[in-house]
This record gives sequence, structure tokens and C-alpha cells, in this order.
Amino acid sequence: MAKLEPAFLVAEFAEPEPMLEAARTLREEGWWVELHSPFPVKGMEQALGFTERTVPHAFLVGGVAGALAGFAIQVYANLAYPLDAGGRPLVAVPAFMLITFEVMVLVAVLSGIATMFVRNRLPRLHHPLFDAERFHLASDNRFFVSLLLEDRAEGEARAMLGRMGSASVSRVGGGLPE
Amino acid sequence: MSEKPLSGRYHRITGEVVSIPPQFPAPTAWAILFGISLLLVGLLIVSVAMVFIRGVGVWGNNIPVGWGFPISNYIWWLGIGHAGTLISAMLLLMQENWRNSLNRFAEAMTLFAVTCGGLYPIVHLGRPWYFYWMAPYPSTMGVWPQFRSPLTWDFFAVLTYLIVSVCFWYIGIVPDLAAARDRARKRRWQVFFGIFALGWRGSGRHWLRWRQAYVITAAIAVPLVVSVHSEISMLFAAGPIRGWNSTVFPPYFVLGAAFSGFAVVTMLAVMVRSLLKLKDLVTERHLDMLGRMVLATGLMTGFGYLAEVFTALYAGGYEYQTLTDRFTGPYWWSFWGAVVFNFVPIQFLWRRKVRVAAIPAFLISLSVAVGMWMERYMLLVSSLYRDWLESSAHLFHPTFWDWSLYLGFIGFFMAAFLLFVRFLPVISQFEIKEAIEEKAHG
Repeated sequence: MAKLEPAFLVAEFAEPEPMLEAARTLREEGWWVELHSPFPVKGMEQALGFTERTVPHAFLVGGVAGALAGFAIQVYANLAYPLDAGGRPLVAVPAFMLITFEVMVLVAVLSGIATMFVRNRLPRLHHPLFDAERFHLASDNRFFVSLLLEDRAEGEARAMLGRMGSASVSRVGGGLPE
Repeated sequence: MSEKPLSGRYHRITGEVVSIPPQFPAPTAWAILFGISLLLVGLLIVSVAMVFIRGVGVWGNNIPVGWGFPISNYIWWLGIGHAGTLISAMLLLMQENWRNSLNRFAEAMTLFAVTCGGLYPIVHLGRPWYFYWMAPYPSTMGVWPQFRSPLTWDFFAVLTYLIVSVCFWYIGIVPDLAAARDRARKRRWQVFFGIFALGWRGSGRHWLRWRQAYVITAAIAVPLVVSVHSEISMLFAAGPIRGWNSTVFPPYFVLGAAFSGFAVVTMLAVMVRSLLKLKDLVTERHLDMLGRMVLATGLMTGFGYLAEVFTALYAGGYEYQTLTDRFTGPYWWSFWGAVVFNFVPIQFLWRRKVRVAAIPAFLISLSVAVGMWMERYMLLVSSLYRDWLESSAHLFHPTFWDWSLYLGFIGFFMAAFLLFVRFLPVISQFEIKEAIEEKAHG
């Protein structure tokens, strides 16, 4: 039998602050919480307890690796195929710096952006959350909190979200994958 | 501020931006412009085919002017491209929110200008099908590129710049593609935006990682721009040619690039704003700021001219001869043309009234684009056409095919930009909303 998709509870808010507040409270209660907003909202890190630095580190690692590789290939190529230009040194460090810099930038950006997509698990064209009725407004002017419903009592979370000022709460997912 | 108007405003902004592709506001004007561009693209195809079949002899290039139009136009195109990155990345880092209405189409301009620029040297190779020899790969011939030559630096710089610009532009547009996907009614638009939005759902953690990647890429892109155009100036400055061999070249080239690029961004802003009826998103304030940028970078470029003249006077000898040759020699028109077109009209930009008026701003910018083209031409040709041997002195005259290729590339740029305007969100609506939110809540 195919594995069931996880079920989510989706709560809509008209304003960013209650969304952040609701996320913070529910997270402290032990729920797995995610926010959905039309633009990055200030205070998201604190509300989600986000401290990850994988993406910046990927830029750094990519940059260092790129610089080393860019420099190394120039040294190798000049030794493997020596072009004598007026007796000038084959390993001409100042002349190598530009390509070293360019390769550093290229590898840093590619590894940083690739890491961002991998960590975000994108591309993923379909997600159960898209089934929520008003979820298309998450890219317009509404703010959403989604909770991962495991085996916990749904009613408790619904009540809490209602108290936090959510305009509507709905349940999605939990079925067979499409 | 109360909550209702803000949320209504967000909704209006989303609608205004993402409804452009499905319900295009000016289909007739677009079709006419696109038709003209396609004719020019046809000219491009014929011109390139001509070069491939008959060889570079169809151009006015000769010995000693081996570079001619392809390289001076290459520099002109890349220079234009740089302003897109500067507007987008530098102003993002400085948290100047007025960039949000301009960055998307300025970056698109960068992509298309760099594509035009990057193709020129390849067409110029004579045997363009061997262009990959520039890349270091373990070939069976055992040959490697000459890494101590600016020509090889060039290959790396432009390729890196193009790839980084594409990445920066694309991750910036993904959230807007998602907004367009969520608003699209027709199936084909849903599929088109849906695929390219990659399933973006505005998740908080996604935004946070996205922000990290976006800001760091911007921080890297600014020095990248400086390195790329400095490197292009090395094509000139690193050679023992009088009139080129000067340390003033890298900053002079970078500033000239920003100058011409801001001018072209102004032209595109005027066009986007009137064609797509986006006057409340691309406002007078944006034209005002762009006018200031054109004026400031123009004055800095003017300082570069003075520094170059001073260097030549101070150095004397051959440098001085080249200087007088530029003033009064056979290419005097390109020097004085550059001075007049670049620095006279921009003086009107001191007045706010001129900066915010669409047609004068457009015409002044056009004059800058022409002036900077003359500058690139003047720098290249006036130094190359006369060596110090009698045998290597030869005037350069562009032929019909030189001009047709150039016009063809302009058509290609216009066609690509028009397609972008027609099918993708031209303005970064989520960043505009973010700025409004931050302003409202401190």
C-alpha cells in the first residue's frame, strides 16, 4: 500500500503579526510549524526558531573550493604546456588572480543557490498545502500557518488557532499521493 | 496604519503585476515593436550567415585594426549590462527600496545585453566553431589556453558574469512566478508559470534560506561587475599600445559602463511605464533617481576623460601624439562626438523637472548611449589604426555588414526584452509589498 501523505492544518491570518505570534506559541507547544507569506516578514527567524547557516556556509565552501580549483588549473596548465613569453615566469601569480576570482565567484554562487534549493526541497511542483481552499492567497495578501498533524489532537490546535485570531482553519493532506 | 488598506494595496499590486502577461495592456503597440525587432533579428541571421560563409573579410577590419566593430560593440553591450546588476545588487545591499520597481527588468536587460556582447567575440573569431578552445579542457592535442593573457581572462569573466546574472535574476523571479501561477485562470498559463515557479509556496523557512542566498549573491555580484569590466579594460590596458597602456583604464571603463547602463535602464523604464501602464509602480521618483544616477556616473566618466588627457600631457611622447591625433586626427568626430553626446545633454539633468519628464529623460539617455558607443569606438580605432611602422597604418571604415550585424544585435536585444515584458512579471511585486510592510511597521 502506498504511503499516505502527511496531513496539515492550515490557518489563515489577515496580518503578519498574529501569524508570527501563532507560530511562536504553537511551536513552543511542540507542534511542527511552518509559515506562508507573500513576502519575507521580519521576525520569521524568531517565530520559527530558525538558526540554520547551511546556505551561507555553502557559499563559503564553494568559494574556497572554486578559488583553489581556479588557481590550480592555471598552474597545472602552464606547467603541462609551457608557453614561454619572453622568459617571464610560467607560474605568474598576479596574472592568475583574475581567473581565480572569477571561478571562486562562479562556484560560490552555484553551490550556494543549489544548496538553497536542495534544503528547501524545491522544485516540488505539488504539495498537499496547495489543496487548502484559500492557500493561493499566500502569494497575494494573506498569511498562513500550517501545522503538521501527526497523531496529536486536532481540536486542541484548532481552538488555539481560533484564539490567535485566525480567520479560517482547514485540514488538508492525509490522503494517497496523487 | 489600519490593516484593511494595506491588505487591499497588496492585492492591487499583485493584480497589477501578474495580470500583465494574461491580459496584456498594449497588444498592438507590442506587436508593432516586436515585428520591427523580428525584422532586425532576420538581418542579424543574414549578417552572421554572411560572416560564416564569406569570413570576417566582409567587415572593415584590417591589419592593424583587427578588432573593429565586433570588439568595440562587445564592450558597449557589456557596459550596458552592468547597470542592471548594480541597480539590483548594490541597492539591495544598501536597502534602497526604490530599486524594487526597477530591478527585475534591469536584470533582464543585463541578461540580454551580456548575451549580445558575449556573442560578438565568438562571431569575430573567424572560425567560431572552435570557440570552445578558450575553455581549459584536457584536449587530445595537449594544448591549454594561455592563462596569462587577458583574452583568456575575458572568457572566464564573461561566462561567470552571464551565469551569475541568470541565477540572480531567476531566484529573484521565482516568488513572482508563484504569484502569477496562483492568479492564472487559463490552463496554459498555469502550466507555464507552475513549472517555472518550481512549486514555491512562500514557506517561512524557504524565504529565510532564499534571503540568505539572494543577499550573498548580491554581495558577490557587485565586486564581480567591477572585476568583469576592469578585466575588459585589460584587453586594452595590458597591451603595449599607446593610448591604451594606462592604469586609468579599469575605473574609467567601469564608470563608463555604469553610465551607459543607467541611461539604457532609463530608456527601458520610460518604455515599460507607458507601454504597460505601470505609472503608479514606476513613478516619477524612480525616473528622478535614475536621472541622478546618470548624472553622477556621467560626471565621474567625465573626470575619467580629464584624467586620461592629463596622463597623456604628463607622459608626453607617443601618448601626447595619440592625444592630439584623437583631438584632430581622422577620427576626431568620434572623440568630440563622445564628449558632446555624453556630457552636454546630461547637464539638463541637474533640474528635477527634466529628470521626471519621460520624453526628455529618454532622449538624454539615448544621447548617452550614442556617446558611449562613440567613446568605445574612438578608444579602439584611434589607438589601433596607426602603428609606428609605416607599413602598419591603415584607416578603418565600417562596411554595410558591420552596421547590419550591429543593428541585428539591437533587434535581438529588443526582441528578447519584449518577450520578457510580454510573458513574465516585469516588476518584483513581493519586494514592493515587503518594503510597504516594513515602512508601515517600522
